[in-house]
Amino acid sequence: MSLKTSAIAHLAVLLVGTPAAYVLARRRFPGRGLVLTLIELPLVLPPAVAGIALLAAFGRYQLLGGTLSALGITVGFTQLAVILAVAFVESPFYLRGAVAAFETVDGTLLDAARTLGAAPARVFFRIALPLAAGGLGAASALALARGLGEFGATIIFAGSLQGVTQTLPLAIYAQFEQDFDLALAIGALFVVLGAALLLFLKLVPGWTRSSSSSPFRFAPSRSS
Amino acid sequence: MDALELELTVPLRSFALELTLAAGAETVALVGPSGAGKTTLLRTVAGLVRPVRGRVVCSGQVWFDGASGVDLRPEERSAGFVFQEYALFPHLSVERNVAFGGRQDGLLDRLGIAHLAKARPADLSGGERQRVALARALARAPKVLLLDEPMAALDPHTRGTVRAELHQLLRELELPTLLVTHDFEDACSLADRVGVLVDGRLRQLGTPDELLAAPADAFVASFAGGNVLRGHVRGLTPDRALTEVTLEDGTLVYSTDQGTGEVALVVYPWAVSVGREAPPDSALNHVHGEIASLVTVGNRVRARVGPLTAELTAASVRRLGLQVGERVVASFKATATRLL
Repeated sequence: MSLKTSAIAHLAVLLVGTPAAYVLARRRFPGRGLVLTLIELPLVLPPAVAGIALLAAFGRYQLLGGTLSALGITVGFTQLAVILAVAFVESPFYLRGAVAAFETVDGTLLDAARTLGAAPARVFFRIALPLAAGGLGAASALALARGLGEFGATIIFAGSLQGVTQTLPLAIYAQFEQDFDLALAIGALFVVLGAALLLFLKLVPGWTRSSSSSPFRFAPSRSS
Repeated sequence: MDALELELTVPLRSFALELTLAAGAETVALVGPSGAGKTTLLRTVAGLVRPVRGRVVCSGQVWFDGASGVDLRPEERSAGFVFQEYALFPHLSVERNVAFGGRQDGLLDRLGIAHLAKARPADLSGGERQRVALARALARAPKVLLLDEPMAALDPHTRGTVRAELHQLLRELELPTLLVTHDFEDACSLADRVGVLVDGRLRQLGTPDELLAAPADAFVASFAGGNVLRGHVRGLTPDRALTEVTLEDGTLVYSTDQGTGEVALVVYPWAVSVGREAPPDSALNHVHGEIASLVTVGNRVRARVGPLTAELTAASVRRLGLQVGERVVASFKATATRLL
């Protein structure tokens, strides 16, 4: 459950966040600063506040929730809510890293690709994405770790319904009063997952250097 | 009809690039100090910078026309751009770099880089990178070639060879080529015509010989490597054949050129000779001074004497035993001077 929702949320963040980060890194437009600030907002908000905010937006009788429930979609206290909460909380971690990664790509290379006849989409997939892959991978791993551990926003927005919206961190919280050993076991699982992610991060520079033309293993939008 | 016609106004930080230029199947070098707008000009032709008004027409195809709103995107213009530092894609092999631009049939062979096909740009020397960048730009079968400081990233001792190879290639290609450089010597050896661009304006455009023989102003002259001495015209010699010019340090020199008031007197380093005393020959002008520096450039030595730079052969310097700090006389003929 926890893995599935995290994976879906993470995929959504990658799919939307990668092109968005590219545009934010490359274009200078009025309001860019504001957008960057809004993106970082979840970083400084207590997760509980994020949960309240999501509930206020998507709750059954609220702004967006009302429209959605009219369409027969309920968000609050479902797996969809977990996914939204996780995506909301982890997205700034990915976006910040991804914008920084794209900013390190030499703009002249992108210009060169254009003069060689590549349309913007081809420049993105063939040049920008592979060159930013290292930074994107690192940002993605950090965001994934943050998403897996998400607690505050989830418990408020999605509740802790066992088998439905109870993620691993929520399970730890639920178990540690009843069955401390089980909570400890789940905790151990997190340590292993975290260690694996950190190890992966250390290895990232290694595989981007030795990579061939398509090293972007996370490539959400590559068809190959 | 010329292959490339430009008429551009592009605002830059403190001035605007305003230029009209037409080029046939020839190499036009644009020289000038950094920040003069040279690179911007190339980027505008390639479509990476949008002019506020003007026209860019290549082989009869309109790439940009401010009046009618035509503005082709960079990928729609067939311009081969060789960037400063070459901008090779670091994650692709030489082969894939070139193939990114289009078909590469024989290009690697033609540029002598076939043996490097699988190498990464990071493993290449400066000269090799330049050839890869050229091959990549040519793979598109461009209608115009844009070269931004193609020699700047090379070490001095490979420059000569690479320059000769590039010259040969440009002649074979017969493409309209705009070449940007800050080195007048590179410009003269590679280009059919040289344009001097200062503060966004073309000060002078002509063959290298025209620029050297009749520089439009003191800046062009000094850029072409000439000594520019400030002074004012005192009058004519009694026989009215020569103009007498008093230099800032009081030295009186003669010129066959005409002029009045404040002038810049131009004399090229290769027209200046250096000796221990004024030679009993036809040279009328003598400037006394200490040798401030002796710099060897290839088989020549550039000696700085007072306000003048003289170009001497290394053999002469050895024969005369010239040393820095020695008092010498720099001489040049009145016919070797230009008054601007």
